[in-house]
Amino acid sequence: MSVHEQFAEDLALYALGALEGGERASLEKHLEECASCRRELEQLRGDAALLALTTSGPRPPARAKSRLIDAVAREPRVQRAKLRAPLWALLGWLATAAMILVAVTLWMQNTHLISTVTSLSGMLEKEKSESEQARRIAEILHAPDAASYVIMPVSIRTMPPSGKAIYSRERSGLIFMASNLKPLPAQKAYELWLIPMQGAPIPAGMFKPDTHGSAMVMNPRLPVGVEAKAFAITIEPEQGSNTPTMPIVMMGAGG
Amino acid sequence: MSTAAKNLGLNDGALVSAVRSGNQDAMAQLYDRYSSVVYAVALRVLTDAAAAEDVLQEIFMQLWRNPGSFDASRGNLAPWLAVIARNRAVDLLRKRKPQTEITEAVVSVEPDMASEADRGRNVEKIRAVLKEMPASQRSALEMAYFEGYSHSEIAEKTKEPLGTIKTRIRTGLMLLRKAVEAT
Repeated sequence: MSVHEQFAEDLALYALGALEGGERASLEKHLEECASCRRELEQLRGDAALLALTTSGPRPPARAKSRLIDAVAREPRVQRAKLRAPLWALLGWLATAAMILVAVTLWMQNTHLISTVTSLSGMLEKEKSESEQARRIAEILHAPDAASYVIMPVSIRTMPPSGKAIYSRERSGLIFMASNLKPLPAQKAYELWLIPMQGAPIPAGMFKPDTHGSAMVMNPRLPVGVEAKAFAITIEPEQGSNTPTMPIVMMGAGG
Repeated sequence: MSTAAKNLGLNDGALVSAVRSGNQDAMAQLYDRYSSVVYAVALRVLTDAAAAEDVLQEIFMQLWRNPGSFDASRGNLAPWLAVIARNRAVDLLRKRKPQTEITEAVVSVEPDMASEADRGRNVEKIRAVLKEMPASQRSALEMAYFEGYSHSEIAEKTKEPLGTIKTRIRTGLMLLRKAVEAT
């Protein structure tokens, strides 16, 4: 058996959520490093799901369906993307508000500078550029077609890395934020890929996590008007790759 | 979605795609297909009809809000819904915060259970295996899965050694796997 025998029974308990304490911690540490045990855990979870499917009983009351349909009708599609991840959304809106505030401040400063200190044209250009960046971010976040992609690890992690991409096809704009990313080997970097509906994955930016495992990619150069099926992340050489190097470590489709 | 489309009986993947586009009829169809499974699991765990109905509502609203969390390439919808219903119900039973986000629930069940006929056939096999299983082994599995007890709590309640409980649970799951693999 490819699974480590000493963990075989603990894996079964873990799949049922019945392992705790030091044994749980020790197994989770092992799972971070052992792909065969992760595969076995996934299979055991499938085995456990068979138990769930054996349940039978009365049908839910008819009112339950009306209740659901009413609730669904009260939450139209445009609201759902915002409600799906309140913390992310809140952070996004806070970031937007902050950037807009910065943009307005910069714009006011720019106006003042133009009229009074023409010799500072270099600074003005820089501030214009920052203002433009803020405007682009706000545009993407507010774009009617902006869709978000929650990117989750393909394999199981104790503290799972997660990422969120907000992409507007019309504006070819992309904002990506990630947290709990694992440190990279030397001379390697994460590469974000836009997976189009048709054709090969498109490079969408290189990034390295900071000491807290967080990273961000803003407005990478992307072809115009590409419809995204999903976003994926691979580990590549620092200079980047033109095609993804397997395995894909994280992937998420739009929702 | 037109009535004609409804009557064609779209598969789960197509319905989930329609839900992603905000189609409420597709959501109603998924509810018609799987509300019994979700409700039965929640009721089995919680033994309280009102609480089970709340879980049913919560699970389907999660699907509506975040249909992308279901990855059709990694399993079928029925076991996926059953597992997240079980997880949520056990969290409620044990009065703890959700232990697993819906997006983390990966359920890979072999063989394919996409069709109701396949699912029914395999469920019958599993029920038969559970029926033939020693009562102590079946009980250990059910205490862990449906009642949310840890292995040490099961050992304490049954007054059996921890090692015995571990072995029973592991071999019990292996029996279930073999039953469906023999399809």
